Parts: sequence; C-alpha cells; structure tokens
Amino acid sequence: MHDTSQAATLPIADDTRDRGGPMQPLLIVEDLKKHFPIGGGFLRKAPSVVRAVDGVSFHVDKGRTLGIVGESGCGKSTTARLLTHLIPPDAGSIVFDGDPVGPYGGITVADLRKQMQMVFQDSYSSLNPRLPIVDSIAFGPKAHGTPTRKARADAEELLGLVGLNPRQFARRYPHQLSGGQRQRVNIARALAMKPRLVVLDEAVSALDKSVEAQVLNLLARLKEQFSLTYIFISHDLNVVQYISDRVLVMYLGEVVEIGDVDDLYSAPSHPYTQALLSSRPSMDPARRRIAPPLTGDPPNPVNPPSGCRFRTRCPLAEPICAARAPELAALPDRPGQSVACHARGVGTGHSLSPAA
Amino acid sequence: MAHATTDTALAGSYGAAAAAAAKTPGYWGGVWRKLRRDPVTVVCMAVVLLIVLAAIFAPFVAPNDPYATSMTRRLKPIGTDGHLLGTDELGRDMLSRLIYGGRISLFTGLTPVFLATLIGGGLGLLAGYFGGLVNTAVMRTMDVFYAFPSVLLAVAISGALGAGLLNVLIALTVVFIPPICRIAESVTTQIRTEDYVDAARATGASTPRIIGTHILPNVLGPVFIYASSLISVSIVVASGLAFLGLGVSPPQADWGLMLNTLRQAIYIAPVNAVVPGVMIFITSMCFNMMSDGLRSAMDVKD
Amino acid sequence: MPASPALSRQPWLPKRWRSTGSRLEALVAPTPAPAPVPSERILHVEDLGVRFVSRDGDVSILNGVTFSLDRGEVLCLLGESGSGKSVTLRTLLGILPPTARVSGRMDVDGQNLVGASESELRRVRGSKIAMIFQEPATALDPVFTIGHQIGETLVEHKGLSWADARARALQLLELVQIPSARQRLDAYPHELSGGLKQRAMIALALSCDPKLLLADEPTTALDATVQIQVLLLLRELQRELGMATVFVTHDLGVACEIADRVGVMYAGRLVEGADVAAIIKDPLHPYTQALMRSTVQAGMRGKVLDAIPGSPPDLAMLPPGCSFAPRCRHARAHCLAVAPDLIRLPGAGAGHSQRDMRCHIHGDEEAYRVSAPVTA
Repeated sequence: MHDTSQAATLPIADDTRDRGGPMQPLLIVEDLKKHFPIGGGFLRKAPSVVRAVDGVSFHVDKGRTLGIVGESGCGKSTTARLLTHLIPPDAGSIVFDGDPVGPYGGITVADLRKQMQMVFQDSYSSLNPRLPIVDSIAFGPKAHGTPTRKARADAEELLGLVGLNPRQFARRYPHQLSGGQRQRVNIARALAMKPRLVVLDEAVSALDKSVEAQVLNLLARLKEQFSLTYIFISHDLNVVQYISDRVLVMYLGEVVEIGDVDDLYSAPSHPYTQALLSSRPSMDPARRRIAPPLTGDPPNPVNPPSGCRFRTRCPLAEPICAARAPELAALPDRPGQSVACHARGVGTGHSLSPAA
Repeated sequence: MAHATTDTALAGSYGAAAAAAAKTPGYWGGVWRKLRRDPVTVVCMAVVLLIVLAAIFAPFVAPNDPYATSMTRRLKPIGTDGHLLGTDELGRDMLSRLIYGGRISLFTGLTPVFLATLIGGGLGLLAGYFGGLVNTAVMRTMDVFYAFPSVLLAVAISGALGAGLLNVLIALTVVFIPPICRIAESVTTQIRTEDYVDAARATGASTPRIIGTHILPNVLGPVFIYASSLISVSIVVASGLAFLGLGVSPPQADWGLMLNTLRQAIYIAPVNAVVPGVMIFITSMCFNMMSDGLRSAMDVKD
Repeated sequence: MPASPALSRQPWLPKRWRSTGSRLEALVAPTPAPAPVPSERILHVEDLGVRFVSRDGDVSILNGVTFSLDRGEVLCLLGESGSGKSVTLRTLLGILPPTARVSGRMDVDGQNLVGASESELRRVRGSKIAMIFQEPATALDPVFTIGHQIGETLVEHKGLSWADARARALQLLELVQIPSARQRLDAYPHELSGGLKQRAMIALALSCDPKLLLADEPTTALDATVQIQVLLLLRELQRELGMATVFVTHDLGVACEIADRVGVMYAGRLVEGADVAAIIKDPLHPYTQALMRSTVQAGMRGKVLDAIPGSPPDLAMLPPGCSFAPRCRHARAHCLAVAPDLIRLPGAGAGHSQRDMRCHIHGDEEAYRVSAPVTA
C-alpha cells in the first residue's frame, strides 16, 4: 500500500486547478476537423485529401472515462493527436475546463499540454532508446523548470507507483524492459506532468493478455489515486467496455454513436455499432457465429461515400442515406445516447424513421 | 482502494521476476561487448590509433630527419640499413617522411569532415525537424552541390581559391557538407515521427530542448558513422589535390605530395613510389572498416 | 462415383476435392453427394524441440512439444508472445534460421521432416503444407499481380500451363469470396484492402491443395468486422476442403470460433491440450485458468482484473522446474525444482476426449504431494 505522503506531491482530488466546478465537463470538443492532403508537394496542389477527422464533437466529464472505438482509418488516433495539438486541427474548438484553447482569450496550447498527456500504443517507439527511463520520465518536469535532482527523485517515485522498483529499473534503457514494463514507464512519464486528462491511444493493445490485465488494473488505480480523467482509444471492444463510462463509436472520421457504456453495449442503435459488437468472437464454442454481420472492408477515407458514410455496407441503406449526411441526435427514448442515422432520427424521410 | 492491494502485490513479484536480469550493461557496455567480438574492427581501430599517435609524436618516433637530403642515398630500396622503408628521390628517409606526412594528411583528412559534420549535420537537423519550406530551401541547395562530382568540385574550388592548406580545407568542407546534410536530414525526418518525440512535444518542452535531448543524440550516431567513412575519402582527395599541386607545397611531407614527387621515379624504384599510396590505402581502409564495425556495434536493436 | 465430364476436363482440379462436395465443385459441376471420409492422420509431432545456438550459448525455444492432428481437424495453438507458438509453425514449414537445431520428430502425411534435406522440404512445402501469415502485406510480393503469384505456384508445383493456371487462380479467388474476382486477378497487392489481401493470401495457400494448412495469427492485423469474415471463411473452407489446420493465435475468442482442439503453450512447452469446449469450460492447468481469468470479457466492468503477476520468463534463463511455477498460485517447492512430464488424463464427462497436461497437480508424484507450498 502506498502511503499518502507520496500522493501529496502529486495532484489530488480538490486541486486549485479545478476552475469550472464538478458540473463543467473537463473537455468539450466541437466540430474538430483534419484533412490530410495526399500526393501534393512543393508548389503543387494536392489532388485529393483524406478526411481523417471530419466534424467530431464530444465532451468528457470530470473523473470519467470516455472510450473511443472504431476500425483502422476511422480517425480515432488522429483525434487523439488533434486533442493534444500534436497535429494542428484544421477547424474546430477545444474547451478545457471552461477555458477555450486558442490564441484569443482562454488558455494556450502550452497550458493545455500541461494538463493533458498521452500514452501511445507502441511502447518501444515512445521511449527514447538512448535515454535511461528515469530521464525520459523526468524530461517534461525539467523542461518546465523543475531542478534536475528533484525531477529525477519524482521520476523514481513515479516508477514505484507504476509498479517498477526504482532502484532496479531507473537506470535501465528501454530495450532492457519487457513490453508491459515499458508501457508502465510511458504511463509514469505521462503522470510526471501531473495531468488532469490522459489520452490513452491503444495503450494496452500491443500487450499480452496477462500483462494487459496488469496494466488495466494499474490504470484503474491511478485514476482513483490522482482523480484522473481518461480518453481511452482502442479497437478492442471488450477492453473499452471494461474501462469506459461513456463510449464513442467512430466510422471514417465521423462520430456515428455515443452513449453510456451499458446502454450502448446492451442496446446499440446505429447499424454500424450493432455490426461491430456482433463481430466479436462468441467465447463459446457451442454457439459460434454463423454469418458475419458485415461484408467487405471499411472504404478508403480518401473519397468517402456521399451522405452517410456507412451506407455502402449498411443493411438499412435507402436513397435518403446517399443524399444527405445524418446529424448526430439524441435518441427519442434514450436522451443519453446519440446516433447519426437516418433510420433512427425523427422525420428524416427514412422508412424506418420513428414517428415524432 | 482495492486496486492498490493487488497492484502493489504485483509490483513486488514484478521486481522478483526481473531481479535475475538486473545486472545488464548500459548502452555503451553493450556496444563494447559487441565490438570485442569483432576482431577486424578492433584491429582497424588499433591501426588508426597507431598512425594518429605516430603523427602526433612524430619527433620522438621518426628515426631520421624527414627533411635531411642526401645525394648519395637516393631511392634506396626497402630494408636498407638505417632506412627501413628506403629513401625518396632526394635521399630523405621514407619512414620518417611518412610519419611526419601523417600530420598533414590526417589533418586534411579529419578537419574538413569535422567542419562538414558541424555545418551539414546542423543544416540537415533543422531541415529534417522543421520540414516544409525550411527543408525545401536547404535540401534543394544541397542538390545543386550534388550535381557536381565531388572531386571535380574540390578541384574547382581550391583551384579558384589558389593553392595552400587552408584553401584545401575549405574546398573539402564544401564538398562534404551535402552528403552529411542529406544523411542528417533523412535520419532526423525519421526520428521526428517517433512517438517519443511526440510525447516530448506533448509535455510542452521548448524546441531546442527537444532537439537537444531527443533528436540530436539519436541523429549523431548515424551521422558520425557516415562521416567517419568520409575521412578516408577526404585523405584521398586531399592527397589528390596535393598531387595536382593545389595542396601543400614541397618540401613539406604529405602523403599525396610524396606520391606526386615520387611519380618520376616510378620506373627506377617502383616499390618506393608506391609506398605513400599504400599508406593512404591502409589508412582509408582502416577508417572505413572501423566505421562499418561501429555502425553495427552501435545499433541498439540487436 | 465417376467424376463428371466437366470435372475430368479440368486437369488442375485436385482429386481430393472431387469427393468432398466443395464449393469449388459447386462452381464447376453438379455437386455429388459427399462421401464419408475415414479419419486420417495428417500430422504427428512428437517431442519436438528447437534450440537456437549462438556464441552466447544455447536458447531452448521449444521443448517436448507433442500433438497430432487428423484430416479435417483444427488445432489452435494459444499462447502469449514468446510462448513458442509461431516457432512451432515455422518448424513445421522448415523455415527456421540456420542457427536453429531441431530435435524429435514430425510426421507430415507419414513422412518425418526432422532432418529432411532442403529439396525434400521444398517438395513437401509445395505439395502438402501451406502457410498463411499475419501480415498479408509483407507476405505477398508487391511487384506481381495476385493472379500471377497464384499462377506461378500452380505452374511450378502442379505443372499446369499458364492458361490453366490463370483459370484455376480465378476459381481460387472466387473460392475465398473475393468480389469481382476477375478484375482482382490483375490487381497488385497494394490495390487491395487488408481483408482482401488476406483472402488472396489464403487463395495462394490453397493453390497447392495442401493437406496441412498452417495459419499464423491470420486475423490479428485485421479490423473487427473483417476479422470475423475471414475467420468464418477459413472455417468454411476448412470444412469443405478437409485440410488439417494448425492455427496460431493469442486470442481466446478466435480460438473459440475456429478450433476443434486447443493447445495452450507457455515458455516453449505445450502445457495443456484438449477439446476446445473442455478448455473453455473447464481449464485444468493453472496457467490456462489464470489466462482465462485475466482476459477481459463482457460483464467484468468495474471489477479488479485477476491478472497473472510478473511476466513470462526469459527463454535464455528458464527456471529448472515448471516454467510457470514462479507465477503460479498453486506452486509448491517440487514445482520449482522439477519440470513436470507430459501426462495424459482420461476424458472427463460425456463426450470429452482425453487431455494432455504438464502440471504436477494433476500428476501422481509423491514428491509433489509432500513438498511445501510456495507463496508466489
């Protein structure tokens, strides 16, 4: 058990940085967009763009975990990097604890980064191979003026907190650690900045199952200990269900459904969410899946289909779906769950659209 | 805090499981261990060290005065008593001249590479890190220099500046900047996309600090290894310039110059005429193989 | 039953497929009734060991692996990274690096391949064994079209003419349910999506009519909605063509979908092997039990996961006893000292076959019973 003196040096529940109060969402994202030009170059205009993230909006409440799921190319990892401004967004606004992020009023990107940290999927590539891990962890605080000795002492304390004995591990290099140990170091590095929000981008996806469980337990403990808020990005539906309070489903750069985890998993509304959930292996050899819920691969995000982007694979597609993109709207009977689907929205002109 | 109990218990066994592997060497320890298993590289390093030391301590090492001429003892063959490597066309002791000549040849071999690494490496680093217009500006300029064959460029520059050691150094530096810059740029561009650089940016650290801590140490290795392979080229080209009369002038001892002056004796004493060439060959080979060995020893991934 | 005229005009059609009522036959001829197939042993692996020798010393990667496989059976090798599951496949295919030393025996269709010459291995690879890799993008040659790559194999190993090979390649692409297969025949790998590439890879593997199919995490790199399609396709093909399949995965769910039998591997040893239902419903080995407990499943939300402490051992420094003992909650002193032998437990319950096991708990050694428990 860790004594409280350790925790005292690190953020605790009612810290002074909580400006908006408990009801203010920690993060509000409005209409975030990022289009990557491809094939262009010096003095040449790009012939096409990848609409990696195309109008994503959501909010995360304090102390909660938002899970983001989707297949490759759906824009979930780009979204993570847009949030921390590792990639500058083309459009959209980010409001952190009531303060808009941007050059005019509110807080700067640098202020935001102090409170928001990221953990990446590839535990090896996210650590500098030539730096002992203790220095990797201490790098951020040192850059913000913490004296080297103090930063290193804090880093060793954090190593202990993530389950690595500092006397044994502090001076090791990344290639001398196992994948699970490296991911613990990456978590410690993120915590060294005393963030309030941690973005976990496929943070456990590359780990073995037995190690994955250890790291998930660690994340749950740290969240409690430091009053953290998580954005947990993964393609693993079971893990997202385990760790999240709310879940956001993305398809080709757009949000198709968002809702509380139990509602969304027990009663998925968007046809894509339904397909995604029933694509999970059954875990029961006596009741195996008979037919795949979808055929084909997700289309190329370079030239996404018109209207609703899922319509090319959707069993409910009708002409209206090609003509007009559906808006993300709350379900009439479940206000906490929002869906972007003509078949679920009221008065959309789809034959399955519920009466108002 | 149910989480804490299980997880601390975990931490304990984590440590126990790893305790067996605790005594692992650091990065340089690993490099040294790999080097020791590579006798060719070790021998080459020893030869380079020997040549460098001999050049530095030439007055103590050289058996004779390298400038003392003797009309009677001209072009003595290798193994002559008192002249281990024979004498040259003016009767000067070859061994002593080679040892003294190493001073200038190594100087003209190392200095341009060093300067070019500083300038080219720096430019490449900036071009790679910032990308976009900076990259275009720097790299297209380098492409202009790349358009000329390196030896021709060196001859042209030092020809325009006139003979003399300093001008040779300038010419060679200009010649070596583009290739080093290109290597530095490509390595930086690749490291720039690694997650640890993104993680460092996410902490809000300043750009110089990110470059200093995360980019430079990782770029330095490949650049240094490539540059060390240029040392041999530098020695050869500098010798060539001296041979053309664009480098140092007689009676200074320099391997290239010695090759030049002994050329007239090639039909009388072919072995003597070849000796400086052999010296250049050995030195450049050793630098080359040493950099090759270092490259594989410094690769962290295996 | 005599083959139909349509079939006899297709010399490239493998003989075995004519009697199994495959999808392929449905494409070319009226389907004859499937004949009952007698059980036939395709693969028998006994005491297989692999060591990598180097100047740093020997590292034992695989140790005493024993299993066998009948025609039409799917064996899933389940394990974490470093457990030896992929090495087993590579050993079967004979594509280990030259520093590897293989011991024991492995009979493929009655022929022992341990110590076989390179040319023998090549013949077996061309005719009896095929492999599907995890990354179709790297396993397919980027400079040739899909049709060319499949055709080349057919020309080389089956001696078909290029025209016949192309026709056969088209049918293989249809067999693996690639839409608009005729156009895709002339597509380069990079023009296909991940799922289609993996289907093309499967078509390539099936081109030589293998008796033994080796699949190395073939669905791991795919998206969820594509993974299930490829899994179901493999299951269907496997049933229709009657191959014996060794399927390597780290994913319990995938094993549940496709396996007849499951072999759980840990640190280079097969620690438990049984019918898939028996393994899932009633795991007996402590490692299998722990693995199932720590796998995140629906309905575990909010609970602390029962993780296995520590990490898998370094194969270069394996403990003298049971490799799992340092992480095992049932370990006794005897477990740390002596590695358990392979024992065969009789089938428990109705319809369950016997089960292979490497664990002292299920053995009958006196030494284990009297030794003291170790607190891991």
